[in-house]
Amino acid sequence: MEYFLQQLINGLTLGAIYGLIALGYTMVYSILGMINFAHGTIYMMGAFISLIAYLAATTIGGASVVVALFVALFATMGFTGLWGWTMERVAYRPLRAAPRLAPLISAIGVSIILQNFVAQAQGARVKPLPPVIRGGFSLMEGDGFAISLSWMQIIVVLTTLALMAGFTWMITSTSLGRAQRACEQDMKMAALLGIDVDRVISTTFVIGASLAGVAGLMVTLYYGVIDFYIGFLAGIKAFTAAVLGGIGSLPGAMLGGLLIGLIEALWSAYFSIEYKDVATFGILVMVLVFRPTGLLGRPDVEKI
Amino acid sequence: MTAALRDALLAGFVAAAMALPILGFRLVDSANGLSLAGRFDLVAWSAAIVFCGRLAVKLVLPALPRLPAPPAAFGNLRQIAGWGMAGFALVLPFLPFADRNLVDKATLVLIYVMLGWGLNIVVGLAGLLDLGFVAFYAVGAYSYALLSQTFGLSFWVCLPLAGVFAAGFGILLGFPVLRLRGDYIAIVTMGLGEIIRVILQNWQDVTGGPNGISGIERPSLFGLSFKAVPPEGQRSFAEVVGLDFSADHRVIFLYFLILVLALATNLFTLRIRRLPVGRAWEALREDEIACRSLGINPTTVKLSAFALGAMFAGFAGSFFATRQGFISPESFTFHESAVILAIVVLGGMGSQIGIVLAALLLVGLPEWFRELQQFRMLAFGGAMVLIMLWKPSGLLSHREPTIRLGETR
Repeated sequence: MEYFLQQLINGLTLGAIYGLIALGYTMVYSILGMINFAHGTIYMMGAFISLIAYLAATTIGGASVVVALFVALFATMGFTGLWGWTMERVAYRPLRAAPRLAPLISAIGVSIILQNFVAQAQGARVKPLPPVIRGGFSLMEGDGFAISLSWMQIIVVLTTLALMAGFTWMITSTSLGRAQRACEQDMKMAALLGIDVDRVISTTFVIGASLAGVAGLMVTLYYGVIDFYIGFLAGIKAFTAAVLGGIGSLPGAMLGGLLIGLIEALWSAYFSIEYKDVATFGILVMVLVFRPTGLLGRPDVEKI
Repeated sequence: MTAALRDALLAGFVAAAMALPILGFRLVDSANGLSLAGRFDLVAWSAAIVFCGRLAVKLVLPALPRLPAPPAAFGNLRQIAGWGMAGFALVLPFLPFADRNLVDKATLVLIYVMLGWGLNIVVGLAGLLDLGFVAFYAVGAYSYALLSQTFGLSFWVCLPLAGVFAAGFGILLGFPVLRLRGDYIAIVTMGLGEIIRVILQNWQDVTGGPNGISGIERPSLFGLSFKAVPPEGQRSFAEVVGLDFSADHRVIFLYFLILVLALATNLFTLRIRRLPVGRAWEALREDEIACRSLGINPTTVKLSAFALGAMFAGFAGSFFATRQGFISPESFTFHESAVILAIVVLGGMGSQIGIVLAALLLVGLPEWFRELQQFRMLAFGGAMVLIMLWKPSGLLSHREPTIRLGETR
């Protein structure tokens, strides 16, 4: 029982990170109907940028840990947002009217470029960061087994909740969110009504990339090891999360992320750690076959 | 002019900001953990390069004359080019400048051409976006390696079997996919491809896990061996033909083997487009609902495309295994699927010659620049993006109509 609870906590933390990445997928998909394949790579860059910003703030700027963490947070959000903006501007916008496959190939190209760019600029070796935030408290002491909840896990979950709340507020009650929902429903009509569609799409990419960047920061702090290849698997899993929750639905993305995190943690704990990716992909296939709209998604009505 | 200058300045500034964290600092391993080293000259360089590039694009590109439209006899020209290429491929190993290295590289390009043609059946003709094609390639390679090592079967027996196994897997994996539409198919096939790779990696007893399978039997030509000392009961190729033994013979033999396999794939595709099932694929790609109302069963038609594409990947896979003599899950990563799909899409979906061009461009050219190993993949990704931006529907996007009604001029 204790073991199960511990895995539950670990899984929820992992799931919160997947959920943050999944939000970016689901936003872009709901507006453009395209899978932004390079999104996982942006998350990887977020991890590197946050590591560099943190080190720069502590070693060069001489800031304390708390200040350095905030510097890292804002630097990561800013820089990954910029990368996301540029990516959309250079590689996707010219292809908006192109055949369906063109943006996908372009996105795969972008992710290959970014991955190798980081590998070249920072070296292919794994980058370790000693734990920044240590400690935590144990929730309950069983017979020789304590369930621990580290500060880091609390921070991950709280940050995710805060971002999620802010994000929901933005979508439901700001003019930007209204414009986004309008573009999602009908891009042409939104343009006719005076919404700058290009700007809305750019903002969507910036926000999605920033959220992925925050996820990268969390992973750097939580696991402490990153390399240039982490984006690929995390990207697929986050996409699975988005599909599982129902692509296009924001609470769905978060729910899907949590579920994927839980499944991965529990599967590794009780079955085999080697096949944990098979479990995730298996779930993706099952969901798509039996419930293609996901858990919270609305069915697509096909008009002839 | 001033507008272009301002635009370029902005682009340079954005590039500097983007490069600042990743390029401007380098993480260095030091005695007490990681530390940073500054490299701000690189940031300045990237900003300058982007500034100049943007300025050039803004000033030079509009001034260029537009390319003239292709001549009307283009279709005919394409046919001539196709025959010319096939002829060139036939004589390539005997040309004076063709050394062992070149033939080897040409063999590699031909493997990708064949894979591209196989995937073209699924993506180009049937319109099913398959991102896990490498799974069937892996099934082909492993079934040959395992059959030959366990039962001692020869390459020629295993080749059709590998195709059958791969096709079977195609049907098996095709079932869950068929109910989906569009991009979902891409993701599910990608997931299935990864599942197969993870299984190959972890099923130690059968597949050898990450160590792979080595010492795979090389093929023979009608019982003639290409080894220096032929095994018991076999004669060597060099002895029968009356040549001195040379290791090059096998390289050239393998080249012709894949050439024949690839051309067979091509011929098959060209012919099947004229059969009812081929027409049904293309009709289904254009409009599924119309097809249903005309009485075409989408499930069987799509499954046949999946199975046939997988079969050719299986052939190519067993060829790959016999050429390398060693296979491991490393060779069947998602990256391979992306390369094959990129070849099909960049070539112009459905265009057979376009696939050859794209394979030369994406596989052949990087092989040439192996010395620049570290920038190879950067250039590869860059080529994918640039070609898509330049020609969103592929290099040769013209599509030959399946059927012409009435007289054509």
